Amino acid sequence: MSDALFYIFATLTLASAILVVANRNAVNSAVFMIVSFLGMASLFVLLEAYFLAVIQVLVYAGAVIVLFLFIIMLLDVKGGDRQKFRPITAIAAMAAGALLFTGVGVLFKDAALQVAAPAGPGVGSSLKDFGALLFTRYLLPMQVTGFLLLIAMIGVIVLSKRFDAPKQGPTA
Amino acid sequence: MSALSLPTLLPVLATIGLNHYIAVAGMLFVIGFIGVLLRQNTLVIYMSLELMLNAATLAAVAFSRYNGTMDGNVFVFFIITVAAAEVAVGLAIIVALFRKRHTVQVEELGTLKN
Repeated sequence: MSDALFYIFATLTLASAILVVANRNAVNSAVFMIVSFLGMASLFVLLEAYFLAVIQVLVYAGAVIVLFLFIIMLLDVKGGDRQKFRPITAIAAMAAGALLFTGVGVLFKDAALQVAAPAGPGVGSSLKDFGALLFTRYLLPMQVTGFLLLIAMIGVIVLSKRFDAPKQGPTA
Repeated sequence: MSALSLPTLLPVLATIGLNHYIAVAGMLFVIGFIGVLLRQNTLVIYMSLELMLNAATLAAVAFSRYNGTMDGNVFVFFIITVAAAEVAVGLAIIVALFRKRHTVQVEELGTLKN
């Protein structure tokens, strides 16, 4: 049963990712991105990372894409791409993508990774384990991430502040 | 002769293992990669970058699950946080750029070219 679920969610994620890339309208791309994030959250649930699935939906699908949609509608992009890209760019992009995928595939083709279902029930499925690890071994990265969010907020405010026209120089 | 079952003939139909998740993460990464290279709208390029980031997080969670540790999950927690901060700052930059140039098409933002 979980095998079928994996295939369903993986197909959903990949199909909506392709539609993100191949869509003319930027708003449609953002909405398909939400679907892709929901597929990824389902894959996280299949991997027994329940907290991360919820965080993915809350932060990514709930805040990041909403921010994207705000900016897309604020910038009032008319129509989307002008479809001017040359065929050589498309061929080069597809070739690079195929090379990347071949590289990943070769790395994992004969590797001695276990193919069977993993051992141990719910190694990461309890929030207590997650919190214990977050607050003991990863305490420093957590505090630094707090600072990072503060700095990001200050940076966004500074970057989007509309400054007035500069005053005249001391020529008078 | 008893080993000629469908999962033996088609290895991809075996029980879902680590390789399947890595294949999905790899394909997602490649889709985002092609999107970054092909699209001209800066915002869609940025969304494809987020797709690549998501592929990496999926790979990290898959490895963490199949090794029986929690470190991958905690790292993904930090990746999601940092990606959200990065999106905020990047979109502020795009808005500032739009105010100057009045376009978000990458073809028209080429003043750094000779």
